[in-house]
Amino acid sequence: MSAVDAPNGAVAPVRASSGEPGGATRVLALWSPDWPVTAAAMAAHVPPHRPAAVVVANRVLACSAVARAQGVRRGLRRREAQARCPDLAVLDRDPDRDARAFEPVVAAVEELAPGVEVVRPGLVALAAQGPVSWFGGEQEAAEVLVDQVAARTGVESQVGVADGLFAAVLAARRALAVAPGDTPAFLAPLGVEELDREPDVDRSELIGLLRRLGLRSLGAFARLDAEDVASRFGADAVHCHRLARGLDPRPPVRRTPPEELAVEVELDPPVDRVDAAAFAARGLAERLHRTLASHGLSCTRLGVAAQTVGGEELHRIWRCAEPLTPAGTVDRVRWQLDAWLTRRRRSGDVPAEADGAVARLRLVPEETVTAGALQLGLWGDVGEARERAGRALVRVQALLGPEAVVTAVLVGGRDPAEQVRFVPWGDDRDLGLPAPAPGSDERPSRPMEPDEHAVRTKSAERTWASSGPLVAPAGWPEDVVRRTGRTSAAELPEAERMRTTNRRRRVPAPRPPAGRATPHEPPPSWPGRLPAPSPATVPPQPLPAELTAADGSPVLLRAPDLLYGLPAAVAVDGGELRQVLGWAGPWPVRQRWWAAGSAEASRLQVGLHDGEALLLLHREGRWWVIGEYD
Amino acid sequence: MGAPAVADRLELARGLLRRMEDRSAAVRPAPESDGRVLPVAEPLARLLPGGGLRRGSTVALPPASAATSLLFALLAEASAGGAWAAVVGRPGLGLVAAAEAGVRLERLALVPEPGPDLMAVTVALLDGMDVVAVAGAERAGVRAAERQRLAARARQRGAVLVALGAWPGADLELSCADVGWRGLGAGAGRLAARQVRVRVHGRGLAPGGRSAGLLLPAPGGAVAAAPDAEVVVPHIEKVAG
Repeated sequence: MSAVDAPNGAVAPVRASSGEPGGATRVLALWSPDWPVTAAAMAAHVPPHRPAAVVVANRVLACSAVARAQGVRRGLRRREAQARCPDLAVLDRDPDRDARAFEPVVAAVEELAPGVEVVRPGLVALAAQGPVSWFGGEQEAAEVLVDQVAARTGVESQVGVADGLFAAVLAARRALAVAPGDTPAFLAPLGVEELDREPDVDRSELIGLLRRLGLRSLGAFARLDAEDVASRFGADAVHCHRLARGLDPRPPVRRTPPEELAVEVELDPPVDRVDAAAFAARGLAERLHRTLASHGLSCTRLGVAAQTVGGEELHRIWRCAEPLTPAGTVDRVRWQLDAWLTRRRRSGDVPAEADGAVARLRLVPEETVTAGALQLGLWGDVGEARERAGRALVRVQALLGPEAVVTAVLVGGRDPAEQVRFVPWGDDRDLGLPAPAPGSDERPSRPMEPDEHAVRTKSAERTWASSGPLVAPAGWPEDVVRRTGRTSAAELPEAERMRTTNRRRRVPAPRPPAGRATPHEPPPSWPGRLPAPSPATVPPQPLPAELTAADGSPVLLRAPDLLYGLPAAVAVDGGELRQVLGWAGPWPVRQRWWAAGSAEASRLQVGLHDGEALLLLHREGRWWVIGEYD
Repeated sequence: MGAPAVADRLELARGLLRRMEDRSAAVRPAPESDGRVLPVAEPLARLLPGGGLRRGSTVALPPASAATSLLFALLAEASAGGAWAAVVGRPGLGLVAAAEAGVRLERLALVPEPGPDLMAVTVALLDGMDVVAVAGAERAGVRAAERQRLAARARQRGAVLVALGAWPGADLELSCADVGWRGLGAGAGRLAARQVRVRVHGRGLAPGGRSAGLLLPAPGGAVAAAPDAEVVVPHIEKVAG
């Protein structure tokens, strides 16, 4: 195929004329169906014929076509999905991995057509005019692109062409080419819920309202008067209305932003680790948004450029349907850096390790719109105290590294250590995500724990429990909120709730199909969890302890709930003997019996003569201190 | 409703004004200069001069039993009211217990391993947080001059410095004694509550200090007055300032 070898420059001049202001531009969208599943299956080496699903908080977020054929649907509970399809491979959600795995696809498309913009992992958009006229027709361009992606990466994809990004994405889902000018007719019969496909924005409220009003199709919504929509439904509905009519969501006042809006940072020393890059990205994204906010602008197309130590220039454009928030910017920059750094490591063509490190990072707002109401959402929700505290914490992170400053999130679990997960400051505290998600295998791990076998099993279990989605029960947030703050999300003050709706959601909660009421789920219970009060000190690693009877003989377990003797003294970590005044237990814990390497354990509370109390865990013939009530 | 709110705001404004003046004049102000007090759970508040944690003051919790629970009890009310807190140099904090005591974990930052940068980290945190708890100062070799520097920083910034461990020169010192657990038998029951006698010494209090019996933690995990508690105030005397 000669087209594959076409020099990129030959197409570029055609494209340049397509971006001019005026009517909606022809956009070609290339969409890979069920991208989260595809990426997760590739990472987990799940063969394509095996049904697979990505599950977050016990709900199916996305599933493969094979799984769908067997009755698995988005929003289904994991248990039910597995019941319908026993062979289902259950995979974790990891946005970083999705973005990382998508980079080769983008690169493959870019070989044929310049000006590729990533909308989100799984979806790219490009101006249609260039490739269409080069390959001699929309059909041909689509075929060539799909072939190219399949040949280079083995990923299935579909192409859609229409006027404007929104229609092009919908066309790509249906693998259609909509003739120029036909876009409103193409959109008219589609349901209004198509407006809510953007994972970053939650429009379920508007969609519900429109459906209740009997406006079930985009055509019906589009027939409303623009003025009426503006006066009754608010600014976001105006965007949706423009989308439904097949127009660009924002009036096309595309101006090239002045050069000084771009922000740049010199990374010294050069960054070759993903977490360090993410930290640099955060500072830079905040600077970009401060600059944009001071100009009253926000960004809808973001250029991420990096220069490596070896002198290579990397550049990628991210396009967004909605103006980017600082959090959204950080995510995209992090994904991009992650993809570049990982690709270099994998390809192995890097002459020296240091050459691949990023030495300079630059964010260019390629396209800006007036900020409008977004500005409030940017800073209005950030209290003064929070901002002040955040600045102090970022300073400490700069001193010690991003991982050194953490906040705790309570999660499900039985032992005190299992119930807490630490999230580096600035990262998402949302529990839907497996905690140290960004490239946990690449980032240098924390100092290893002692080599002792029992300790290792314990700690392995703990890290497993704290990161594995298997133990992640549905409805965590409610449970956590109930335990910590004693207010549930529904009782949040108005301002807070405004904030959560005003700000763009970062983690799309798996939503059941629109139109059906969300099934109410009771918060998960952890039978066997010790009731309050909990130990005020939880040793980072369990300390070995000796529990002895009055005659000095060790007190061990005869059965999971039966002691051999009466405890009289305890020595922690080889320390002095302390007299035991009372004890309660032992309470056997049987958990994760289905996983290999998990041992039975029992817990015992002992009160000591000096007023302290200990929580002991018996496992593999030894006692361990897992909590101190001090 | 109107009058107290106005009085509060007036007080707040005065405090801020005083702080600005202090800063510009570089005069060492009295710890009370800020005029603002971080709220503390009621049974503890009765023991503290000013009824709470005075901004700009330094509080020491010497190593004794129940010190960690005492820290949580001190933080809880302020944290629930929107204050930000940080704990430096204390790995292995029982955060479930903190949450049970009423500390909002989303406003509790932890720097478990500051390493040799303990001073720098604490100074940075005092700039932004309302309460900063420091542990392991002795281990990190923090000298008297550095302690004074931290205390001065807290005063200047209107933050509360809580020292976990010995801290000579602290404005207040809280400790627990006569600790006893309830609910535990010989192989029966479970830990339910702990009765302690909290003693407070320091500036703004009589030489004998104050003490009271508390449940720390009470059955739910928070702090409560012991059923038979009475505040023992040896001799109340008016302390200037």
